[in-house]
Amino acid sequence: MSDGGLASFVALYVALDETTATSEKLAALERYFSSRPPLDVVWAIHFLTGRRGRRPIATRLLRRWASAFAGLPEWLLDASYQAVGDLGETLSLLCARGEGGAVTTLSLAEFAEGEIDALRHEDEAAQRARVEGWWRAFDVTGCLVVHKLLGGGFRVGVSATLVARALAAAMGREAAQVSHRLMGKWEPGEAFAERLFAAQDDASDRSRPYPFYLASPLEDDVVTLGEPHDWFAEWKWDGIRAQLVVRGGNVYVWSRGEELVTTRFPEVEAAARALPSGTVIDGELVPWREGRVLPFGVLQTRIGRTNLTARALREAPVALLAFDVLEMGGVDLRARSQEERRAVLETLLAPLPPQGVLQLSPLVAFDSWDALAELRATSRSRAVEGIMLKARTAPYRVGRPRGEWWKWKIEPYTVDAVMVNAQLGHGRRASLYTDYTFAVIDGEQLVPVAKAYSGLSDEEIRRLDAWIRANTLQRFGPVRTVTPYHVFELGFEGIQPSARHKSGVALRFPRILRWRTDKGVHDASTLGELTALSEMHASIVGANEGTEAARTRQRSVRKARGAPEELSLFDDLEPADPDRG
Amino acid sequence: MLRVTPAGLYCESGDFYIDPWRPVPRAVITHAHSDHARAGSAAYLAAAEGVSLLRHRLGADIAVEGLGWGASRRLGNVTVSLHPAGHIRGSAQVRVEQGGEVWVVTGDYKRAADPTCTPFEVVRCNTLITEATFALPVYRWRATSAVIADVVRWVDSCRVAGRTAILFTYTLGKAQRLLAEIGTQSDVPILVHGSIEPLNALYRADGVWLPPTERVSEQPRGERIGAALVLAPPSANVPGWMRRFHEPDTAFASGWMQLRGTRRRRSLDRGFAISDHVDWPALLQTIEESGAERVLATHGDSAALVRLLNERGLDASALATEFTGEDAE
Repeated sequence: MSDGGLASFVALYVALDETTATSEKLAALERYFSSRPPLDVVWAIHFLTGRRGRRPIATRLLRRWASAFAGLPEWLLDASYQAVGDLGETLSLLCARGEGGAVTTLSLAEFAEGEIDALRHEDEAAQRARVEGWWRAFDVTGCLVVHKLLGGGFRVGVSATLVARALAAAMGREAAQVSHRLMGKWEPGEAFAERLFAAQDDASDRSRPYPFYLASPLEDDVVTLGEPHDWFAEWKWDGIRAQLVVRGGNVYVWSRGEELVTTRFPEVEAAARALPSGTVIDGELVPWREGRVLPFGVLQTRIGRTNLTARALREAPVALLAFDVLEMGGVDLRARSQEERRAVLETLLAPLPPQGVLQLSPLVAFDSWDALAELRATSRSRAVEGIMLKARTAPYRVGRPRGEWWKWKIEPYTVDAVMVNAQLGHGRRASLYTDYTFAVIDGEQLVPVAKAYSGLSDEEIRRLDAWIRANTLQRFGPVRTVTPYHVFELGFEGIQPSARHKSGVALRFPRILRWRTDKGVHDASTLGELTALSEMHASIVGANEGTEAARTRQRSVRKARGAPEELSLFDDLEPADPDRG
Repeated sequence: MLRVTPAGLYCESGDFYIDPWRPVPRAVITHAHSDHARAGSAAYLAAAEGVSLLRHRLGADIAVEGLGWGASRRLGNVTVSLHPAGHIRGSAQVRVEQGGEVWVVTGDYKRAADPTCTPFEVVRCNTLITEATFALPVYRWRATSAVIADVVRWVDSCRVAGRTAILFTYTLGKAQRLLAEIGTQSDVPILVHGSIEPLNALYRADGVWLPPTERVSEQPRGERIGAALVLAPPSANVPGWMRRFHEPDTAFASGWMQLRGTRRRRSLDRGFAISDHVDWPALLQTIEESGAERVLATHGDSAALVRLLNERGLDASALATEFTGEDAE
């Protein structure tokens, strides 16, 4: 491993990429953090956690320059990209010459500030000369890292929590403290480096949220949790997880992806002004009207919109259902028990109107697990996703540690569908056919109803890939139409009428549950069954806003594709590969 | 002169097949890999350098005639000669001539140096039937010495940690090339899977230098194998066999490891991009140096190559065969 220069960051990238073991990733990060100056450290965190800003160069230009630089027609560059599945990697493989030079000796911070930021102030000719200089100087791995720095995400399995743990170990601090310092808005640079490494917490950043505590899915029988009275139960709302920060007379609403979304929810901001300063509340933003939650699709009509009209606010009203309090009177309450925090929260919200924009998420009363299971069975008719279980003694933790917060979701709807199209995957699954289109029977025909790209094991994917290549009917670029043969059980969370889909229905959150090798094409579900389910679903959740939701979904998904790995505000949408586009 | 039939690539004027995938009366074989050399044909013609490997693979009793490099052999109305392909030991290109018209079938080949076999030789022709396993510009091999240096660095880091470094590789050709290359850069003790050692013996018998190797199965039972380099076929990566090693670190040596996606998908610790097939620049170089006006591409996805050659004014098309090249999995 070479020291100094960008080489040490490249070595870190390689180390993170080569292992799937969290302990080894942690060790590699800690090694880097303790060996590099603070400025390099904050830049590394900035890049690894996907905080990078706007791309300084349009992808279209990079492709054009690379094509000329490598002496290849652009269609061949595109064909290469299809095989590789990652544009930065493709360009590196095509252009890297590894001739070395002064630029390879720059540190990460120098490269980020001196080279990448310089692009933002240069004309196209100068930008091109600079990029070509990188291609000449760096080898394939170096170029790959440089391209990732330009934008595109590292995708090496490093979460914000992991970074915080490694940094805490390198600094000899508490992970929770470091994690908190990394939250909210910050710009990589001297000022933030100083604040991050400072001995004392700096109170100047009033907007800063706390790291979210995430529940784990309950896989075992609920009785394994022990005594029912040791637990709180709440409804698991189908909305957007949000943290409401009220400090210094200002209100900040943060999404789970650490995105500041205050301006998108003006009614929440207004309602929160009733709270005393120095308050931080955790809850779920849901579409809400006349005392009941509406399907998530209603909220989608708002989050896709940059210009929030009065009409949008009227048609998709929201409420923040508060279930936790993390700070009151400026004091961090996270170490207190769930029970204590609940009592504080109830007192805090007591003066507010009971059915207002800001309201308490009620506890679900139960005296036995059987009784709770019965209540959970009513989830669908309440338009909730199931039950949350929280140990009364639980502090508010960071990340997703198991044991005290569980989500006990209801079983999804299912359909048996036939694979009809397959498309090449991306990233780890590049050059394998992993994105499938599924159809159901409609009379003599098969009608596509869903796309899904997850849920199979690597082994199943390999088998299926070989089968797809041998059973292709037609090819359209990266998409192959295949002989209808294989049947899969798909799970989905909801179904709505859709004018945009040929089938007339849109499935929410479809994913593969099982490969039904025991079933043939004729055993697949019919469109009639799905339509009936759609009508039933609509009558249960009491909403017929499906078409409107479908119309705006496209826009939202497109937006989500540019987002970092953690899809934050949009992570409840139907799956969209964030690497795409 | 040559066309694809259900039994394989057929030369009517000479009444023989090249690397047929069904039993035929007369088969000319480019090399001993199983997608090219299949059992059951009545008579075989192959490079003299590869005869012992062919017998090992197809049976000691096959009727096989070995032909020296460049020596001509009359078959029906055509003249056939074999020329080194540099893919594995004994791998040949087949040159077929009739009345001044020359066709060359490359079989599998590479242009990079390989201490275990005779280097590739350019053969001028009118029609070139070339393999196109790695026919995209993203496949540019690094210098062999640089990749081997990476392998040795990995082996050394495993040694320091007291772990076994298990390198998965094809048993015939790639394994011996790796042994010969690693053996000049490292003195690590090397063990091999039982399917590799007989091939090593054949290479050694031909005078090819390979470092000393021992079979995994010859190691004392009951104790786990510690710091060593182990070469094995990918099929050995099953719990039963892997149990013999102490905290094994695993790697795969294949041209497909060039891409991060394929590397990660195998769930091994490392992937080394080293191949016995031509990379993109060498493929284009070979086509140009052959002087061929017509190019037929076999193996894998040759659509991009064919389109590029057509754009450059060559008569190129894809030829559907059952050759698999370097298996991705």
